[in-house]
Amino acid sequence: MARKITTRRKTLNTLFAWGIGLLIFFPILWTILTSFKTEAQAIADPPVFLFFDWTLENYAIVQERSDYMRFLWNSVILAGGSTVIGIAIGVPAAWSMAFVPSKRTKDILMWMLSTKMLPAVGVLYPIYLLFIKLGLLDTRLGLTIVLMLINLPIIIWMLYTYFKEIPGEILEAARMDGAGLKEEILYILTPMAIPGIASTLLLNIILAWNEAFWTLNLTAAKAAPLTAFIASYSSPEGLFYAKLSAASTMAIAPILILGWFSQKQLVRGLTFGAVK
Amino acid sequence: MGQITLNQITKSFGEVQVIPPLDLQIEDGEFVVFVGPSGCGKSTLLRLIAGLEDVTTGEILIDGNEATRVPPAKRGLAMVFQSYALYPHMSVRKNIAFPLRMAGIDKETQKAKVEAAAKVLNLTDYLERKPGQLSGGQRQRVAIGRAIVREPAAFLFDEPLSNLDAALRVNMRLEISELHNSLETTMIYVTHDQVEAMTMADKIVVLRAGVIEQVGTPLELYHTPRNTFVAGFIGSPKMNFLTGAFAEEYGTDTIGIRPEHLDVSQSEGKWSGVVSVSEHLGSDTFLHVDVNGLPDPVTVRATGEFGVRHGDTVHLTPDTSKIHRFDKQGLRIA
Repeated sequence: MARKITTRRKTLNTLFAWGIGLLIFFPILWTILTSFKTEAQAIADPPVFLFFDWTLENYAIVQERSDYMRFLWNSVILAGGSTVIGIAIGVPAAWSMAFVPSKRTKDILMWMLSTKMLPAVGVLYPIYLLFIKLGLLDTRLGLTIVLMLINLPIIIWMLYTYFKEIPGEILEAARMDGAGLKEEILYILTPMAIPGIASTLLLNIILAWNEAFWTLNLTAAKAAPLTAFIASYSSPEGLFYAKLSAASTMAIAPILILGWFSQKQLVRGLTFGAVK
Repeated sequence: MGQITLNQITKSFGEVQVIPPLDLQIEDGEFVVFVGPSGCGKSTLLRLIAGLEDVTTGEILIDGNEATRVPPAKRGLAMVFQSYALYPHMSVRKNIAFPLRMAGIDKETQKAKVEAAAKVLNLTDYLERKPGQLSGGQRQRVAIGRAIVREPAAFLFDEPLSNLDAALRVNMRLEISELHNSLETTMIYVTHDQVEAMTMADKIVVLRAGVIEQVGTPLELYHTPRNTFVAGFIGSPKMNFLTGAFAEEYGTDTIGIRPEHLDVSQSEGKWSGVVSVSEHLGSDTFLHVDVNGLPDPVTVRATGEFGVRHGDTVHLTPDTSKIHRFDKQGLRIA
């Protein structure tokens, strides 16, 4: 029997949920609003909410002063590249762990997860030195590799979880039906794992896009992505809130839009297996 | 053709040997059932024949050809799994056509074969559906359809009916038997249900702990079980085993008597006891009788209705010609 919920209670719950949602979203909304204000309005006391002279001048200035497209392009390459390479390594790794597990599979998974518990700053110095020695500092290649490596444990974990949900008997049935390894992967495994692979892909693009620690520390100008673009507006020229907001909005817009359009896929992928 | 020969095959998982050296000959066209309690190695044996597991030592011959290291795809066998193992992202049509597609058969022939199989299995109306939209029985039919289209040398069934409800199971049992009669292809069928084994098999292989306890026709196993394990496993309700003074009278350590071979009376008989449970099925009555001097109750099958209840005293008389005698090791004494 379905649980009875009174209309009043339902309304209260809905209001409460909306309240929490707005509270979380408010800083982003405020940033977007501020980006359309003049610098004076941005620091006005009491703050103005919606009724101010909407202007695009901050965007114009930001675009003029720094090459947004270059940062954007770097972000796309770093996020996309690290994710694609990560998936290419993660799929076979997760496959073997899910379908041909050995005695140590669990240990390897835990060990990979444990690397995520290590504070990144702990390995900054050795990695920085390695980058200098290898000439990778401020290169897209170097950053792509680092971003791929830091997200690889998550990629493998997620894929492993999805693959675990695929019953081994279905793969065996394919083998009995005359499918070789190639056909088994192409016609059975991949189509069944696509929701999982897709949501892993999306989540990792978002994680890589938002990654700031390594991108700030290992880049200067050439390979700097949008995180560095925002950071460059934070202090050196005094606090220009409106311009900083405009830069931030431009930096988060692409990933926000991607996230919005793929939310169904993301939620489905992340809850895949939780409810069969 | 579907003659399968197992020569001294063994299977170990790590240190544990689940199948000690085992020999078995399966003739072309035979319906062979592997039966035994769970964990007896019957599924493993089937998977070894299928090629889904590698034998540790020994050899497998299919139609006289060495097949021990041949991958499952190349053995020419079809398998029906307990979970059906349908491809969830493909329609019923594509599921059934999959083995044909893998064999590189042209589209027209594929279509014709799929439709012929669907007709036999009453699936014509469901060809465009996904497996998720079918009932358990229909899914099982799709799995069978997928197996029959490729015209395999032998069918392997791994407990195919255990996920179905009782009524459907009886139906599917008949359908599989009919299928065997019409195709005359070798079938190897794994089950833990001795009723399925008795009703379907030409030949039953009783397994315990990876060892073949007995091979024979259903009635051979019923009438002349080789040991107490087979005697207790085949037949329902199971055979009663009596020891001590009851057995000594027949000059042995243990005697076995099936519930249907005991005559029950309310007035007189050889052994007397008190009814603990009576099960009235209408066609039969099963009585569980506590007999003085026996640790376990004796099960009796009386034909038709037999009006006794818990606590009533009854008298039992065995049909002497149907008593099975077993020695100390539990082996049959002729």
